[in-house]
Amino acid sequence: MRTGRVDFGGVTKIVNLAYVPEAAIGDHVLVHVGFAISVIDEAEADRIFHHLQEIDDLAGGEAAAP
Amino acid sequence: MRFRDEYRDADTARKLADTIARTATRPWTIMEVCGGQTHAILRFGIDQMLPDGIELIHGPGCPVCVTPVDFVDKAIEIAELPAVTLCSFGDMLRVPGSRGDLLRAKSRGADVRVVYSPLDAVDLAAAYPDREIVFFAVGFETTAPANAMAAYRARRAGLANFSMLTSHVLVPPAMRAVLEAPDGRIDGFLAAGHVCTVMGTREYEPIAHAFGVPIVVTGFEPVDILEGIYLCVRQLESGRNVVENQYARAVRTDGNGTARAIMGEVFRVVTRNWRGLGDIADSGLALAGAYAAFDAENRFGAVVSKDAIDAACISGAILRGESRPTECPAFGTRCTPDQPLGVTMVSSEGACAAYHRYRRADLGTPRQ
Repeated sequence: MRTGRVDFGGVTKIVNLAYVPEAAIGDHVLVHVGFAISVIDEAEADRIFHHLQEIDDLAGGEAAAP
Repeated sequence: MRFRDEYRDADTARKLADTIARTATRPWTIMEVCGGQTHAILRFGIDQMLPDGIELIHGPGCPVCVTPVDFVDKAIEIAELPAVTLCSFGDMLRVPGSRGDLLRAKSRGADVRVVYSPLDAVDLAAAYPDREIVFFAVGFETTAPANAMAAYRARRAGLANFSMLTSHVLVPPAMRAVLEAPDGRIDGFLAAGHVCTVMGTREYEPIAHAFGVPIVVTGFEPVDILEGIYLCVRQLESGRNVVENQYARAVRTDGNGTARAIMGEVFRVVTRNWRGLGDIADSGLALAGAYAAFDAENRFGAVVSKDAIDAACISGAILRGESRPTECPAFGTRCTPDQPLGVTMVSSEGACAAYHRYRRADLGTPRQ
């Protein structure tokens, strides 16, 4: 079964990769009880911050209106 | 650490809290299902950032908390047999059964071991063929793929000395049970993000539709939880009730197909008894017929149902979201993490443990 070395902010552990066949070197994975269960989608991870920027811009626009 | 630090950014969190305050025009009650989210909410003070009227109530999503006392008793009974090594996740060891906990059984000489992964128990079975290795398999859908893999590998390896005492539970039937409670007052849900990484989001659509509640699949960091609350409030304010996915960086609509395939082979869906909620139809997992030889209940006798909780403990009402830990007269006095009366004070995901850890200092001046 495929395993991989996962860096948890400085602590490295061997993690079972059976459930993330798509995982490649350099990916971020979500790990639970020794198993990676999801590969983090980086584009989705940034979405909320773009979304917040839009809310900010919108609020700024309202404030500037007379 | 990436994908963590930016989701703990105070400025971003504050902006979201402001956005929630601007969006909400009337009170709403939202249940976060998962105990991991409950702990994050108290740890980071998210409930205290919310405008008046937005109330969070804590759901039954703590696997250790809802495991019936009968299973703990059975685990102790098995652990005390000669030639048995009982393996468990660490937070089960201090869960009170009717006659003490697994840690006390260990101190009496039972071979009880904490494992990080269920595969560690399988490795023990391979290394010690003369001992019976029993893994205490509890958890929600997040843990089910790992536990399924333990049984799958033991069967492939023909490990006759490995078995599992299985008390697995499923989230959607518990959400239905909470919604069907006569005095239920939940307007919307934050669904448990990690559960959905495995199961996907589709099984929540019928619940959102049937009960008219928005369900937002939500992550575990402060920014995740606040965005989940925002999305839920936005739906409530516009009269919508659909499933939304706040945690899309980890959750795909169909979940993890590889994991679900192994779960489907190893487990079957059964009725389970939940501490605090009682029997719920089709709410749990047990080993499927092909894995009957690895079922500890077949090897060491079936779990006998006789659920009893200390009368002073209100953990049932807490697991149903009807009471808050601080409303319990025993909280912080007769019941502490060192001497727990009930399981919600024990587990790292239990609501009472979260309040005890993060809010004890505030108790003199309760917020509500």
